[in-house]
Amino acid sequence: MAYDTFTVLTSTAVPLPIENVDTDQIIPARFLKATERKGFGDNLFRDWRYNNDESPKKDFVLNNPIYSGKILVGGTNFGSGSSREHAAWAIYDYGFRCVVSSFFADIFKGNAINVGILPVQVSEAFLVQIFKAIEADPATSITVDLNAQTIKLAATGATESFTINGYKKNNLINGFDDIDYLQAMKEDIKAFATTHSI
Amino acid sequence: MWEQNFPIKYFKKISMSNKPSTLFDKVWDAHVVRKIEDGPDVFFIDRHFIHEVTSPVAFLGLESRGIDVMFPDCTFATADHNTPTINQHLPVADPLSANQLQALERNSAKYGISHWGLGDPKNGIVHVVGPENGITLPGMTIVCGDSHTSTHGAFGAIAFGIGTSEVEMVLSSQCIMQPKPKKMRINVNGQLGKAVTPKDVTLYIIAQLTTAGATGYFVEYAGDVFEKMSMEGRMTVCNMSIEMGARGGMIAPDETTFKYINGREKAPKGAAWDKALAYWKTLKTDAGASFDKEYNFEAADIEPMITYGTNPGMGMGISKHIPKATDLAGGVATYEKSLKYMGFEEDQLMIGKKVDYVFIGSCTNGRIEDFRAFASIVKGRKKADHITAWIVPGSHIVEAQIKEEGILDILTEAGFLLRQPGCSACLAMNDDKIPAGKYAVSTSNRNFEGRQGPGSRTLLASPYVAAAAAVTGVVTDPREFL
Ligand code: SF4
Repeated sequence: MAYDTFTVLTSTAVPLPIENVDTDQIIPARFLKATERKGFGDNLFRDWRYNNDESPKKDFVLNNPIYSGKILVGGTNFGSGSSREHAAWAIYDYGFRCVVSSFFADIFKGNAINVGILPVQVSEAFLVQIFKAIEADPATSITVDLNAQTIKLAATGATESFTINGYKKNNLINGFDDIDYLQAMKEDIKAFATTHSI
Repeated sequence: MWEQNFPIKYFKKISMSNKPSTLFDKVWDAHVVRKIEDGPDVFFIDRHFIHEVTSPVAFLGLESRGIDVMFPDCTFATADHNTPTINQHLPVADPLSANQLQALERNSAKYGISHWGLGDPKNGIVHVVGPENGITLPGMTIVCGDSHTSTHGAFGAIAFGIGTSEVEMVLSSQCIMQPKPKKMRINVNGQLGKAVTPKDVTLYIIAQLTTAGATGYFVEYAGDVFEKMSMEGRMTVCNMSIEMGARGGMIAPDETTFKYINGREKAPKGAAWDKALAYWKTLKTDAGASFDKEYNFEAADIEPMITYGTNPGMGMGISKHIPKATDLAGGVATYEKSLKYMGFEEDQLMIGKKVDYVFIGSCTNGRIEDFRAFASIVKGRKKADHITAWIVPGSHIVEAQIKEEGILDILTEAGFLLRQPGCSACLAMNDDKIPAGKYAVSTSNRNFEGRQGPGSRTLLASPYVAAAAAVTGVVTDPREFL
């Protein structure tokens, strides 16, 4: 029971139309020194968000009060780079529950689901539509329905479906996690370990 | 003794069918405990490495759930990401770093995990110490909370980086949940040119495929370039697999592999060695096995490489000009943002650009061969006055070799200092940070914005290119010196 359940999320969204957003941008390494999973949201996109003197960079989207919401929309190849789950923690801790992009790096995608963030992969064309809708009206909302596996823009009614495997979907909907599953099959694993040979 | 408790024996092969299969399939399929319908495989892990940064929260998770470590003898801890590279005998000054190092030591002791902390003669970067102590072996599944775990694939193991939730899974159940990736083979054949190293081969491949070109795939590297390569070189190549999006890369084990492993401390010995060897020899892709994607490259096309942008795919032959925006297939906005950050213009020549820092080290190029290459150029020359050089061995064992082989003398005579092992400026979590705006030629693996310190500008390259820059103070073609 690692996190909240996820079913339907309707929210405004924060646009970040940058490609290859890597985990060093999401959370720079110097902020990885904690031994607890707390407070990472403060340093989300730290070096894009703050100047060296700690003052906010006005042109960065998280510092623009027009944009808010629980959905982060990023450019293609989102989350490349390191395996640090801290990147997903920072996004979650800041308040996002869903990240939308046209392509995700593998490890980030896995980490996101493991901490309770839904990664929604859409087509390049739909991603452009999302950015346009938010640009036209930052208060426009997006609905992500995990059961139906759809993402819908309130502004235009445009809808696209996304894929997620049944097991992970079930976990998110029920707030289960992999450790619960693995604990339940411990005996099978022990049996495997005794016969397994490499 | 961990050997006695170790649940894995070295023998037998798991041939499920007579259909030709790939090296990757052979190793993967032997580790599936359960297949979940419309879900991932429950995937058994033979070796688990942990370090101070990505493990503490996993241990907290165990505590809060009240569960134990299932097979402590399969996990190995080393401190590396956060450690100072000078005065390691003194207490670590930064309280947050010290706290993480203590947490690793405490958690390892509590659960009976072997721990090579700061000052331990076996301490070093996790992906350097695993192989050099014989923990990494062919046919294994190996994970660590660090994306460059792909390094261990050089031995014909399936090795990849995981997140902290997965670290907790491995600790508590020796398994993770993984969908099986698709398969890619990358063949490089022919004769590599002068000063073209494994690092250049990998930077070339990444430049061809882009940073997302292998996302969703597991790569096998094949062809005579890899067959002729040393284990150190193969580790450099497999290490960088993640930089083109691949989960990992692997190379079929052969005599070079067996020779490297034989006699290492934790490698099998005697009869166990013979059994293991017989099995390891079956670990290759059968003729006729199929891949989802395949690429072929010619060794002769590869030059010494350097990167000019802010991802490892933005690399080019060192003698070339930075590409023009009009020559790109797409991503022009990202390209422009990247050049602006780097302070470069399109169509510029890289040769002759002023360099401020040189970093040789990391799990990509922090092994003995890398220091030999570096020394072969700096020998008899002097460090350029304005260059700050951080020369950081990947482990204490590498450090000892540097001293034994006389490389330290060469470095000292040329005006360089040797630091102590650790990840150092690869990710700049310790004090080794490149200052804002400064240019670093670095043998590490990532040139992301701020990777080596806020505002730092990284040029990824081989140890030869790093050495040439260190003595001339500018980007220099290393072929001039060899
Ligand atoms: S040297 Fe760099 S890439 Fe390698 S383990 Fe350390 S931080 Fe990770």
